[in-house]
Amino acid sequence: MGEVLQIDRIRCDGHGLCAELLPELISLDDWGYPIIKPGNIPPSVLEHARRAVDACPVLALRLIRTAALVGELTVHNP
Amino acid sequence: MELIARAAGAERLPAHLLRLGPMPALPSGALIAELEASGLLGRGGGGFPVGRKWRAVAERAAGGAVVLANGAEGEPLSFKDRSLMAARPHLVIDGALLAARAVGAGDIIFYVGAEHRTAVAALQQALAERPRDVRGRARIVTAPAGYVSGEESAAVHYVNAGDARPTATPPRPFERGVGGRPTLVQNVESLALAALIARRGHAWYQGLGHGRARGIGLLTVSGAVNRAGVHEIELGATLSDAAAAAGGLRGNVRAVLLGGYFGGWADLYEQWGLPLDAASMRARGLALGCGVVHFLPSDTCGVAATARFMTYLASQSARQCGPCVFGLSAIAGATQRLAAQSPQPGDLDRILRWSGQVTGRGACHHPDGAATLMHSALQVFADDFAAHQHRRCLTISEPARVAVA
Repeated sequence: MGEVLQIDRIRCDGHGLCAELLPELISLDDWGYPIIKPGNIPPSVLEHARRAVDACPVLALRLIRTAALVGELTVHNP
Repeated sequence: MELIARAAGAERLPAHLLRLGPMPALPSGALIAELEASGLLGRGGGGFPVGRKWRAVAERAAGGAVVLANGAEGEPLSFKDRSLMAARPHLVIDGALLAARAVGAGDIIFYVGAEHRTAVAALQQALAERPRDVRGRARIVTAPAGYVSGEESAAVHYVNAGDARPTATPPRPFERGVGGRPTLVQNVESLALAALIARRGHAWYQGLGHGRARGIGLLTVSGAVNRAGVHEIELGATLSDAAAAAGGLRGNVRAVLLGGYFGGWADLYEQWGLPLDAASMRARGLALGCGVVHFLPSDTCGVAATARFMTYLASQSARQCGPCVFGLSAIAGATQRLAAQSPQPGDLDRILRWSGQVTGRGACHHPDGAATLMHSALQVFADDFAAHQHRRCLTISEPARVAVA
């Protein structure tokens, strides 16, 4: 159980604020679109992650609680 | 042959019933149990267990589900779905009706590529032969051309809003699909096989196949073979069996594309004995996908062939997600430069880096599939790519055949 960052890839326009606010977990590709380090967010940067989510101009970044494994047809069981 | 007909034209309802008998009146639970016991895997490309998918929809449907029979065959090297619908439309309809009963769906949508005209006509004629209660809840929706139109969220999006581009998931169609209702999106070959299993039982399906593989399936065999076309095999048949079914190889062949544009290249000599079934192929880092087998002649450069495929895949991006729009087009561009033996310094390294980066970074799996193809090309044609970075091509072209007057 933890929290992960999820990007709505259709909404994301590559503004890049998230990578500035959370360089520990987010880098940008050659076109300015975010690459997220896989795995749960370490508690030490959770506050920065929240700030990055709030700063996204197109609301493409979300924090979601992870259940167990999210597979093809499994659902989030809170 | 269960899925392909020897006679030309679509099978009519009386012939279909004479051959297979009426559909069994299995209750939902028993039907899903038969499918699960059969081990049938989806044939649209993903290879997900069909019984488990039906159960997932049934459990959340409460009678209000929708069945979307997916016959939008966007893969350029695949013809098996349109061939099946054109030859045995009633078997596909049976499968959709059984699925509707099993998952608790009223409405059935046959989603078929608009360019598959013979298949659309066959389904229209077949539906007209069915009783009024079937006709009343089934309809055909023709899908716009395009590689991603058949992706399941794109299919649902098109039916809902006339836009055949994938949507962000979750929710996935089985959670919220057509009209917001739980929707079973199932490839038409999978439905046809389900209709056969419902009639004959899981033991019949389990009794087919070679080695540890079970069941049957359709392949589209193309490229350097004598009789390109759609062939039915028992799963676990080898690559050499597939070549034989297509009349044997024509000329020298060095590589084969398996699973379609989302699949991967394989070295022919290494994989000549490869069993064609999902598990055996996965164990070797390959995928059966939608059953495409394309033999590349030895006189065709693997770099050039890959550049063509990557260019096509880049052009088929739904242009919604940055990493797909820019990443695939950059990969395709660099591969084209390499194919033309006029690369920029570092093109090969960039292709490798970009291919690693795009995976998992689209709303759908379009960039993932393209990256898989690219990675396989870099392995199978490693020497060729390296040579092209140095402006040389290793492929020895046959002399052009000049017609003698």
